[in-house]
Amino acid sequence: MKQGNETVLEARNIDKFFYNPKETQVLKEITFQIPRGEFVSVVGKSGCGKSTLLYILSTMDTAFTGELWMDKELISGKPANYLAKLRNEKIGFVFQFHYLLNEFSVLENIMIPGLKLGKYSREELEHRAIEKLKIFEMEDHALKKAYQLSGGQKQRVAIARALINDPLLIMGDEPTGNLDKKNSDIVYNKFKELAQEFGQTMLIVTHDPEFAAGTDRIIEMEDGRIVGQ
Amino acid sequence: MNWKLLIEISQALMTARLKQTLIAAIGVTFSITMFVTLLGFMNGLNEMLDGLVLNRTPHIRFYNEIKPNPDQPIDLSDDFSNSINIIRSIRPSTSRLSIYNSESIMKTLEEDKRVIGLSPKIAAQVFFNVGTIDITGVVNGIDVDKEASLFAFQDYVTTGNFEELKQTNSIILGKGAADRMLADIGDVIQATSAQGNKIQLKVVGYYQSGLGDYDNANSFASIETVQKMLGEPASYITDIQVKLTDLDLAPAMAKEYAGIFGIDADDIQTVNAQFETGTYIRTLISYAVGITLLVVSGFGIYNILNMMIYEKLDTIAILKAIGFNSSDVKRIFITIALAIGVIGGSIGLLLGYFACLGIERIPFETEALPTIKTFPVDFNVKYYLIGGVFSVITTYFAGYFPARKASSVDPVDIIRGK
Repeated sequence: MKQGNETVLEARNIDKFFYNPKETQVLKEITFQIPRGEFVSVVGKSGCGKSTLLYILSTMDTAFTGELWMDKELISGKPANYLAKLRNEKIGFVFQFHYLLNEFSVLENIMIPGLKLGKYSREELEHRAIEKLKIFEMEDHALKKAYQLSGGQKQRVAIARALINDPLLIMGDEPTGNLDKKNSDIVYNKFKELAQEFGQTMLIVTHDPEFAAGTDRIIEMEDGRIVGQ
Repeated sequence: MNWKLLIEISQALMTARLKQTLIAAIGVTFSITMFVTLLGFMNGLNEMLDGLVLNRTPHIRFYNEIKPNPDQPIDLSDDFSNSINIIRSIRPSTSRLSIYNSESIMKTLEEDKRVIGLSPKIAAQVFFNVGTIDITGVVNGIDVDKEASLFAFQDYVTTGNFEELKQTNSIILGKGAADRMLADIGDVIQATSAQGNKIQLKVVGYYQSGLGDYDNANSFASIETVQKMLGEPASYITDIQVKLTDLDLAPAMAKEYAGIFGIDADDIQTVNAQFETGTYIRTLISYAVGITLLVVSGFGIYNILNMMIYEKLDTIAILKAIGFNSSDVKRIFITIALAIGVIGGSIGLLLGYFACLGIERIPFETEALPTIKTFPVDFNVKYYLIGGVFSVITTYFAGYFPARKASSVDPVDIIRGK
């Protein structure tokens, strides 16, 4: 799936302010690009703005200045419903705490973004979801309810869910941050596998140096600026 | 729009909080049950009470009233047409109570398409001679068959067979009058007409309307019997009672025919205006109570949905992160509210119907209402429709505001908040 140096995501001069309690600039002139197929990690100390940056890149936070391009399309300033559709189709998410919808089974959790997109029929999606689960060796748990899984298992399912619509880009906010060493290793290895075997473009925020060391490129942040990449 | 998915999500959220959802639905069920039962029962009673008077009351009654002639001789003179004329000691002219040309009037009325039927009547003042005492009363000469078909006469004959009234010289006494005269069925009583004619009448039944005063004074005999008693010919009729296809036509028609025939006409609206008012107010009160119940259950749904949204903030945030937009989230919660409303409401309508069936079987016997054996209930579909529509409307609004709140949840706040 690696296709030259086509840019998947580009940030141009992104500034972000917090106004509560007083005006603070959290992001300063953030400019970088992610080419297709690259596995990028963002590292930095707590409070350096790396999560804030991720939410801006994910299109969920729209209160910023600067330009955001995704797949050669300017997406900053687009209406909220358009961005929701874009998230559904092109971005896969993996969070630190918020894994799955507890009301649904593992399989359903994976299928929901696909059902929302409506590109495939229900049967196809079920088949695809099982395929994705197989990558994570979780196919035996497909019919369990989400709350019956352990933290590491949940996170693996969450990554499988992020993959269901073949996203352009997977974003992760400290995906291993809440896991013990063993599970964290499993999840980390799965990310590596996705990068190497499937050429999946990924942008992962982490403060785990070991995790970052295994990625193609490390973007280092300090006080809202990119200090090295 | 992928409604199937949204409905599935709503369903999952509801089953996750099954107990709360059930409580909300039971609230709706209860209020709809009460709404339907209350309106059915209240209107059943209304109809019965109105029926007491209105069923028996002709829509238009034609009669001759004894009154001074409105056209006095002086009015015919041009010399006095511009002056104020004062005439003292006017007396009613020698008009008679009977209706002139009654047969052709009845024929004209029968040909009118707005008329269901008509029934002639004679009201005769009599004295019932009981031993040494005379009791005053009114004997109504009626056309038995017409009175039965148009004004449900048979319903009020509590003892005896009304058909026997067709024989001459038989009488059905008002229950009150019969009690005072100590007259049993089969007894022969004597009555004296205002003209002084004495007549022997055989008691064949008792009449009980439920209105005590009426039953004390009024008795019934066939029209021929009364004509004979009064010594009048077969054309003698004092009242023509008309029943119309539509009660609302009564005032206009009464005026119209009073002009044509030159007689007096009373319409039901004017005579019984107070019944309409009473019915209207009772209905208004039952609607007010029913709708209050629904609004209260709406607040229940509002509360439960609000709680559900606070509990499910994570779910909402994840849904938004994976590409559900604000309207999708709003639709999910409105679907939940409507599901509660529709399911709770349908069960409520059903239970309301059963409650009405139950009430209809409760014995309710009272001296004043001889035709009523159980509580009256109105099963009009209208109340079920109103209940159903209102349950959907109130639950929609109860769901709308929490849903709007859920749709405005910012996923970044929730995801970062932990």
